[in-house]
Amino acid sequence: MDFSFLDQLWVARFPLLKGLGVSISISLSSIVVGTVLGVFVGLALTYGVRPLKWLVRGYTDFIRGTPVLVLVLASYYVLGTVGINLGPFQAGVLALAIFCSSHVGELVRGALQSIPKGQTEAAKAIGLTFPQTFAYVLGPQALRQALPAWVNTAAEMVKASTLLSIIGVAELLLRTQEVISRTFMSLEFYFFAGFLYFVINYGIERFGRYVERKTAVPS
Amino acid sequence: MSNLLEIRDLHKRYGTVEVLKGVDCTMRQGEVISIIGSSGSGKTTMLRCINMLEEFQGGTITLDGAEIGYETVGGVRRRKPEREIARQRALTGMAFQQFNLFPHMSAAANVMLGLIKVKKMGRDEARALAEKWLDRVGLLSRIDHYPGQLSGGQQQRVAIARAIAMNPRLMLFDEVTSALDPELVNEVLQVIKGLAEDGMSMLIVTHEMRFAYEVSSRVIFMNQGRIGEEGDPREMFVKPKTERLAEFLKSSTFN
Amino acid sequence: MTYTLNFSAVWRSFDLLLQGLALSLGLAALAILAGCAIGLITAFGLVSKSALWRRPAGLYVTIIRNTPILVLVLFSYFALPELGVRLGKIESFVLTLAIYSGAYLAEVFRGGLIAVPPGQREAGLAIGLTELQIRTSIIIPLMLRNVLPSLGSTMISLFKDTSLAAAIAVPELTFEARKINVETFRVIETWIVASCLYVATCSLLAALMRAVERRLAVPR
Repeated sequence: MDFSFLDQLWVARFPLLKGLGVSISISLSSIVVGTVLGVFVGLALTYGVRPLKWLVRGYTDFIRGTPVLVLVLASYYVLGTVGINLGPFQAGVLALAIFCSSHVGELVRGALQSIPKGQTEAAKAIGLTFPQTFAYVLGPQALRQALPAWVNTAAEMVKASTLLSIIGVAELLLRTQEVISRTFMSLEFYFFAGFLYFVINYGIERFGRYVERKTAVPS
Repeated sequence: MSNLLEIRDLHKRYGTVEVLKGVDCTMRQGEVISIIGSSGSGKTTMLRCINMLEEFQGGTITLDGAEIGYETVGGVRRRKPEREIARQRALTGMAFQQFNLFPHMSAAANVMLGLIKVKKMGRDEARALAEKWLDRVGLLSRIDHYPGQLSGGQQQRVAIARAIAMNPRLMLFDEVTSALDPELVNEVLQVIKGLAEDGMSMLIVTHEMRFAYEVSSRVIFMNQGRIGEEGDPREMFVKPKTERLAEFLKSSTFN
Repeated sequence: MTYTLNFSAVWRSFDLLLQGLALSLGLAALAILAGCAIGLITAFGLVSKSALWRRPAGLYVTIIRNTPILVLVLFSYFALPELGVRLGKIESFVLTLAIYSGAYLAEVFRGGLIAVPPGQREAGLAIGLTELQIRTSIIIPLMLRNVLPSLGSTMISLFKDTSLAAAIAVPELTFEARKINVETFRVIETWIVASCLYVATCSLLAALMRAVERRLAVPR
């Protein structure tokens, strides 16, 4: 690699850093909102009364059947049309959060359903109410089960945050493209951006493995 | 007459643990030899060396005068090419403790696979042989059943038919009844007895002492990686020469 | 707020959406087919005893899985020409998605390979089959049955990833939808119809995979 790339990288350091910051805040906000939503989705899928369960099942199936990019574009264009004026950042985060919620919802449902029926029965037998059963018996077990996969969902959200460049959110990838349009060094700068994403996601992946080891029930 | 199988000074190590510490054994055509011994004595390992499911570091195994698995060229011992080893493996048949039938193939297809792929037989010829051998083990009526639809004893009989259909020079049985429910053991042993009566050469690793007593022309007692004692079962089981064998026989049940 | 739904403009362009969908399916089919070949070879590398195979296979999977696909798509189309690799939009995208899906499919296949009991290989060896014969007649058929459920969901997610081709102006479903959106201003209708087409295709693919699963199920 010749030195002009390093020069250009130095010149572009602030926009790129800002972009990285935006990428991280997109990811964080969509993970937080998506997880909160997703826990409710998961609970509704597992314990909800029939009509609610069907409604939520329809929601998750629809979201999971639609590409994230379509969610992002639809959120961006549709919200404005119906008079909700959100910037591209908010619209994009909303789309990613909805996407995240359907994944987390499935995770929560899978984790809760994997707990043997005997656990609930044992809790009932010692006289626990359902909220107590959930708080002390089911919840902790489901959390252990779902945590490693949830960390992977976080990595998915970081990757999905790049899609917001398409609706003009100045995150890392869009900043990179801007730098490329000025310097014409597409090879170097795409490689650099890819490397940054790799480092972040690889870190998350390793963290996920660590969590997996930590949450394993001693046996 | 030359020997069917000759094992000379067989040594086998897993890492630093030596499981076979110099085994010598010869076998003539038509002999039925049972190998007994406690677990960890090396009896299964010895069997698995004969068809190269295990590599071994020292000694030679020859079948019909041809060295199995290894060749020495210019003083250097090396593994034979995989094709040659595959060809040699087809000269022996093996039945496993866990049957290892191919679950995605019917009983007939299990028997036919080796005939078609290794013996290059046509489908019709292979099917006819499969019918013959499945009939022989009493499972002609189950010929198109899948392993998952058969009992353990039936699966093991199909596995024996699969091995024997390849027309091997020597059959190797590796604790073929150990994974079976007690009431299914006998049907499998009957099949093996039938093969013995036909004059098939067989090496049988087993925990069934009464069966070993009844079917074998010779018994080998393995002890800590060596042959502890061998001889006619009618003498060995009644008057063991070594204390080890006496102890082993006392701890095993005859039924 | 008053917005009355009016689908007529979208229906007039419906054939464009269908053409887009057909292209999406074509892109996915080509990429997944190539990806299966790459994934199968890589999976055997991942479970190989030799580090010479395992290391590069692991590196490939790790790099691809941790890089956003949009970066890969843009890199192949805009940056590779600098290295003298000049591909059309569609070729570039199919190649990228194939390499991308190869990594994910490798992980799927690896799981299926590990689940095949070692006794199956030994039984194959014992009747004199070669390693290659064992792989084609025994290991791969059993592995495929093991992985069918996760293979289905991976394929569906790869099909959805064809929407990324819109970023380099490949006229697939998402690209056409966006075009109709901009031209007709029937924003809500366009995206409802486009999403429904994706959802319907995904459910159809899922049903298809379940049928294949039933068809290949080992009788018991």
